[in-house]
Amino acid sequence: MIKIEKRNDVPMALYFFTPFIAIILTILGGGIIFYILGFNPIEALKFYFITPISNLYGFSELLLKATPLCLIAIGLSFCFKSNNWNIGAEGQLTFGAIVGGGVALLFYNQEGFYILPLVIIAGAIGGMIFALIPAILKTYFNTNEILVSLMLVYVSKLLLDYLVVGPWSNPEGFNFPETRQFSDSSRMPLLFEGLRIHAGIFLALAAVMLSWFILYKTYLGFQIKVSGLSLKTAKYAGFKGKTMILVVFMISGACAGLAGVGEITGPIGQLHRMISPDYGFTAIIVAFLGRLNPFGIIFASLVVALTYLGAETAQIFLQIPKYTGQVFQGMILFFLLASDYLLFFKVKILNLKKNELRH
Amino acid sequence: MSLDISFIGILIGSIMASSVPLILAASGELITERSGVLNLGVEGMMIIGAISGFALMVITDNLFIAIVGSMLSGVIISLIFGFLTQSLLTNHVATGLALTIFGIGLSAMLGKNFVGIPGKEFPILFSSLRESIPFFGPILFGHSIVLYFAFALPFLTNYFLKKTKLGLVVRAVGDSPVSASNQGINVILVRYCCILYGGAMCGLAGAYLSLIYTPQWIENMTAGRGWIALALVVFATWSPIKVLIGALIFGGITILQLHMQAIGFRIPVQFLSALPYLMTIIVLVVISRDSRKIKLNTPTSLGRIFYKEK
Repeated sequence: MIKIEKRNDVPMALYFFTPFIAIILTILGGGIIFYILGFNPIEALKFYFITPISNLYGFSELLLKATPLCLIAIGLSFCFKSNNWNIGAEGQLTFGAIVGGGVALLFYNQEGFYILPLVIIAGAIGGMIFALIPAILKTYFNTNEILVSLMLVYVSKLLLDYLVVGPWSNPEGFNFPETRQFSDSSRMPLLFEGLRIHAGIFLALAAVMLSWFILYKTYLGFQIKVSGLSLKTAKYAGFKGKTMILVVFMISGACAGLAGVGEITGPIGQLHRMISPDYGFTAIIVAFLGRLNPFGIIFASLVVALTYLGAETAQIFLQIPKYTGQVFQGMILFFLLASDYLLFFKVKILNLKKNELRH
Repeated sequence: MSLDISFIGILIGSIMASSVPLILAASGELITERSGVLNLGVEGMMIIGAISGFALMVITDNLFIAIVGSMLSGVIISLIFGFLTQSLLTNHVATGLALTIFGIGLSAMLGKNFVGIPGKEFPILFSSLRESIPFFGPILFGHSIVLYFAFALPFLTNYFLKKTKLGLVVRAVGDSPVSASNQGINVILVRYCCILYGGAMCGLAGAYLSLIYTPQWIENMTAGRGWIALALVVFATWSPIKVLIGALIFGGITILQLHMQAIGFRIPVQFLSALPYLMTIIVLVVISRDSRKIKLNTPTSLGRIFYKEK
């Protein structure tokens, strides 16, 4: 007989081990889907997970894609840890890119060392302000932050669309929906000649370090964790809930804004409609896969970035749409959430006779 | 383009057509949410419905099979969500997001060989009346059967929730799962059924897009309509009739912005497109600041995990 019991506390080793189970199950699931679609599963998986990072260029692309994912997920971990469901990081990324890109466009024909820092700060502030909208509505009007932050994603994308088609479109651009190219002073310095990996990766690493420090070494981090575990306890302890909600949203928005600015000043170099392949949504998966732990998130961002790269490679070699990356991303989260069941419940196989005696 | 009476009739007809997927998906999601489950996978379920409906139409050449199949595929994909949230007690928000991301990817994978294939004409009803009656003709007649079903659905949903015993059970489960459970109601089973029903309606909404509205398969063709449907449920404060009104407003904005572009209206299209989202936020603020209003309609246990100690 199988008996399912609720665990009293979560075993920490299992907590950090289950993401690996989820990744393995995802790869198996992907193989099965490839097989059903008529591909050789081993070959397809090789194109997906090994070919993309088998050379230096591929590895640089992996880090390039992991950078925004890591940054956003770090920010989201503050929200999720404190039970605030900010799922509008994509919007905060877009708005950050709009504000940062606006500053970069002001200096389009100028050079100077001060321009890039200004652009980066503007982007972070943009993301922060945009994240404050759901936060303020939640704290003062009791509005559901999930829906507000989600709705704002579309608002920001439409605003970007309006700007690149209308007032900010390149006057010499033959009516293409894009702005002027930023000047070199607004671009992230490249780390290596011929590779696209840029200095934005240091922003992500700084965010990891800083978030570790805030979450584990400061009073604010303690408040965030307690509020996440039990709102009642947090209230009883006298923590100012409203301020904390505003702060975690601001951190999260700033990180997403930085990610947006990193993209436009890094590989893109201007504003156009497609500045992010839904990094803001995918980062939610990264945050969970990394267990909301700063170092876990580094690892998770690399894994999820690989699904983006793999999808692009598979599109070239197997002629399958690059949306397939999302199949893997969705599956990772499914399996991860499912395996969480083992954390909270113990599955026991009982001896039937003993069980009868007890009753 | 003249703004005569018959043109307005055609305009209203096209607004109705564009609101159909929103009505279907939002009515389905409304039942799911009324049972206390927040499924953010609407977009994913719709797109799966769209590709399976279209693929089945191409393969079987039978529109009935295509429509039923799209609903079934919605049920199957929502079963993943149901199993995870109800049996494995996973977080509703995260699971729903995973469902949307997964659905968009899977649909593109399945639809690879169906891009560029022309769709089949879907039969419309009373087409002769559409032409012969001015103004009311294009509004009332010449639509597909799915449209008539969609416009009846909010009233049926309202009747179900307010007048039937099963509807009461659904509301009880959503408002107070613990007391419902103590009354002997199988909360998990009811929630499973509501999730699967929501999946079926979202599948149908997707099939409406790929079989009737723009009969072809395009990657990511639901284009955010699933998220609007989710917003619509909140906009309507969980009342089925208001879903109908809201869907017509949202559909109207979609159609109007096309026409405004055509006649050279000065307001940028993007601002009109953003209106539904901004309006939803405003409605959310208005209903949420008044705790009485939100208590009146919001399913109290929405999005919370229900676990019964055995």
